[in-house]
This record gives sequence, C-alpha cells and structure tokens, in this order.
Amino acid sequence: MAKTSDLDVTYVARLARINLTEAEAKVFQKQLDDVLQYVEKLRQADVSDVEPAAHARPNFNVFREDAPRDWFTAEQALSDAPRKANGLFIVPKVVE
Amino acid sequence: MTEQDLPALTLADLQAFLRRREVSPREVLEALRARIEVVDREIGAYLSLDMDAAAKEADKANVDLPLGGVPVAIKDIINVMGQPCTCASKILQAYRAGYDATVIRKLRAAGAIPFGKTNLDEFAMGSSTENSSMKLTRNPWDLSRVPGGSSGGSAAAVAADEAFGALGSDTGGSIRQPAALSGIVGFKPTYGRVSRFGLVAFASSLDQIGPLTKTVRDSALIMNAITGHDPQDTTALNEPVPDYAAGLGNDLRGVRLGLPKEYMIEGIDAQVKAAIDAAVKQMSSLGAEIVEVSLPATEYAIAVYYILATAEASANLARFDGVRYGYRAENPRDMLDLYGRTRGEGFGAEVKRRIILGTYVLSSGYYDAYYLRAQKVRELIRQDFARAFEKIDALISPASPVPAFKLGERVADPLQMYLADIFTIAANLAGICGISVPCGFAEVDGHRLPIGLQLLGKALDEARILRIAHAYEQSTDWHKARPPIAAAVSKA
Repeated sequence: MAKTSDLDVTYVARLARINLTEAEAKVFQKQLDDVLQYVEKLRQADVSDVEPAAHARPNFNVFREDAPRDWFTAEQALSDAPRKANGLFIVPKVVE
Repeated sequence: MTEQDLPALTLADLQAFLRRREVSPREVLEALRARIEVVDREIGAYLSLDMDAAAKEADKANVDLPLGGVPVAIKDIINVMGQPCTCASKILQAYRAGYDATVIRKLRAAGAIPFGKTNLDEFAMGSSTENSSMKLTRNPWDLSRVPGGSSGGSAAAVAADEAFGALGSDTGGSIRQPAALSGIVGFKPTYGRVSRFGLVAFASSLDQIGPLTKTVRDSALIMNAITGHDPQDTTALNEPVPDYAAGLGNDLRGVRLGLPKEYMIEGIDAQVKAAIDAAVKQMSSLGAEIVEVSLPATEYAIAVYYILATAEASANLARFDGVRYGYRAENPRDMLDLYGRTRGEGFGAEVKRRIILGTYVLSSGYYDAYYLRAQKVRELIRQDFARAFEKIDALISPASPVPAFKLGERVADPLQMYLADIFTIAANLAGICGISVPCGFAEVDGHRLPIGLQLLGKALDEARILRIAHAYEQSTDWHKARPPIAAAVSKA
C-alpha cells in the first residue's frame, strides 16, 4: 500500500477500538493520507511566540452549587442498555 | 387562511394568528402533519415524529407565551425526552432520550412544541447530510441535489414549509451552509451563548446550537427563547440577554461592513460571486460603509479545523462503547471484541475516518506537529478577527462557495467535501457569531438554486448581526421565494 504519511490506519484504528475490514482500511488510508497532505500547509504558518488556543473564549473556574437535583433513577439509566440484569449492565467476563 | 396555507407562514405570522385566536395550536399541528405527509416522501427531512405527544401539548398550549403553540423541529442530535436521538447513527438507532436538553426545556417554557427530529450527517460530521446512516435528504429546490449539512434535515424541512422553524447545531458551518443551500436563514450564536447541555458532543470547543428559520425575525424569536446561562454547561456564558426581535430595524446608516479580500477566492462560483457583489451594493445603498479587510490566517482554517475537531471527536465519541446504551455487536468474545466490533459495525465511514484521524493527531510523537500547532494557528485566526472587528461591525462573504451540489458528487472524496465549509469554519475557530441570509439564485440545469450571504459578528454581538441581516433581508424579496415543491402543494 503506497503511503504518503506516517499514519498506519490499521494500527490507529486498533488504538481507537474500531475494527475495520481490509477494504475499509485501504480506502481510509488513501483518503486520510490526502487529508494529512492537505494539513501540511500549517507548517507554513509562523507560530513562534504564539500561545495555543484551546478555546476561542477561555472561561476558567466555573463553579455551581453542589446541590442535589432530580435526575435518572437506576431503572431509567438502564432503560437503553443493550444487556442488563439485577439493576446492572451485563458485559463479557473481564477478569479470569 | 386555509389549512393548506398555514404551513407557509413565517413563525412570526403564525404566532400572530395564534394570539388572535384565528387558528388553534391543534389546527396548526394538524396542518403541519398533513404537509409533512405529502412533502416528506420526496424530501426526507424527518427521522421521527411524535405527533401524539405534540397534540397533547398543543391542546394545553398557552398562545400568549412568546412561542405559545408553535411547533419547532429539532435536529436529531439534541435530546428530547422520550423521543429517539439517533444522531443518524446505527450506534444510537434504538436509543431514546431520558431527558430534555436545556434548549428543549427553554423552548417548552416559551410555549413551543418539539414534535419531530430531523436528519443530519451522522454525529453532525458532514456538509451534505449524505453521511446519515438513516436516509437521504433532498434539496427542496432540486431533488437531485443535497440540502447541505450537517443540519440538512432542519434546513430542508423549513425550506419546504414542513416546519415553522428548527434547531440545528453548527461546529464548522452546519447551520449556515445548509441554510444557504436550501434558501433559508441560519444563525450560529457566539460560542457559549446557548447551552449545549443535552446536545450530543462532537467537538466541544466549537459546537453551538442555533435556529434555522424562514426569516431573520424568526431566528431572533427563537434566540429570545433559547439563549442564556445554564449551570449545567460550564461553557454557557453568564451574560445578559437582550430582546433580539425588539432590536430589529430597517436601515444600515453608520454600519461598517468588512469585505475580506481573502474570501473572494478562486473556485468560487461566478453566480455566487455576482449575488454577493449585488448584496454588497444593496447594503451600501441602505447606508452601510464598505471597508476592505484582511484575514491572512483564513487559508489555514480548514486544516486547523480538521485537526482540532477530529481530535475532540475522538475523545467525545469514546463514550459509544456498546456497554450502557446503543448498539452492541452480537456474541462478543471479550471486552476488546465488544468495543472493536460494536464501534466498527455501529459507526459509518466518515465517523470512523474522523475518530482515526483524531486519535492519530493526539498520539505520542505527533501531538506537537499536529494538535499543538493547530491550536497555535487557531490563535492566529482568532487574532485576525479581533483586529478586523476593531474597524468594522460585520464581515461579509458567501456562506458557501457553490450552490447545492449533486447527491453523490462529493461522497468519495472527503477532502472535497471539507472544502465546502471554507467560508464558515473560521467563525467556529474564533468563537464568533454568524448568519446566512438568502441573497439570490443561481440558474443551473433549469433549476433555481439558492445563494446565501454570510454576515459574521464579534463575540456576543448577536443583536447587531441580526439587525444588519434583517435590514438587508427586508430590502429584498429573496426570502419570500419558495421552492417548487412547496408552491405546488399550496396551489393543489
């Protein structure tokens, strides 16, 4: 597979916990190589002495009163669960 | 006023009819239901309708409230209690919202009735609504074309008179671009102006909820209802909220409008350019002063966006793991198999691509080159706008470089699709507000395709942007034009 970037789609997809078919991996590799090539233009920008902006409008230390409020019951929280029993989410065995 | 004419009303006119008791909220809802039944087979704007619950709301609606008895369509990425919230994704196909988003709570408090959920690009990732895993939405002006995206269902519904107004979300242009392509008004408020509690998160430093409507006044009316502080969203700004509708006027004397020289780029459609030039002349004749400005960092906006938005999405969408809600792959061997197959089968192609790209740009060894650098260039973009707004009140540009493109035309090439957002994306990076208003038509293959004028304003300057947009809109007839499909139903 001809790659023009360091991105290894199959490896990164595994990190992101997304199973890809071989066909998907091949198409995504090409498409994302194109996108990464496009974003190379950021190297031309002079960013010396520029502070990174995480938000357009920084907003610090936003607090609210730690007061109880009505929210989901356990039953409501479980109502969309794909598998549940005894008030719990059921998943495959995690520990041996 | 017959039942057939009702859906064509603007939200403001509907509200006046309701207040004068010339029509009841129930009759309005029934008229809308009838319209959707006829038109939505062709358009495909809605993913779900909850007309029974809406009818009960209509029967007890207080029409003296600001939006009393007015049905409002909701993009299917905003939680409405008891209704589906699919985000147009297979992974949330069976999900039902257990609570109301703050904007829904506020709409209800103002008397509005959220009755249906509209189609979108899966998790709001796209510019044509073709990334929906549910259905195709067609442009009411030409059924072979896209309505824009990601709020394409909301835009098409309003354009085809299947809604009096709708909510959308805008992360890189997802309200303004579909509004432009569908020939309606779309307004993106300042980052933090409207609470996002209950909006399914895509890119948290960029997402903002806003209205899609037939007129600027209608957007102002919805903004009056949904704007304001919310202790449940730490990014929601705690600032006073003016009466946006009361501030509207008709002249532009003393208004300084900036034309960014970088925005008249190659690749901009000739008919779009001609319409924008004419709009600039029109605004000048209303008294506005036109000033050329420069936003040199604009050329980096799309590159910055596709690094930051995908990085944030890769973290936000980690919550879809098949454990607590949504789709789960069958017979998982172990947890890794459960996660990998659930997400592999549950997400569509564009969502997978963006999560992979976002994971990559955040990964060790690449973080500085991509993510950190993009954040620094974002700061340059923010500074460009701050400098421009020292001299001007609003920036003018097209909302989209081209009119609506053909279904299927850009799906195979994500980068081409990304370039559709070239004029809208920078506003999200800078956190400022903006609007798209109809400003003309392009004639393509015998169809009239709408063109949108974008006005951008500085942070928290919503009232001024709405006032300028309204003055321009009211001096033209563009907003009165209706797509053939809506006109045909009214005449039938």
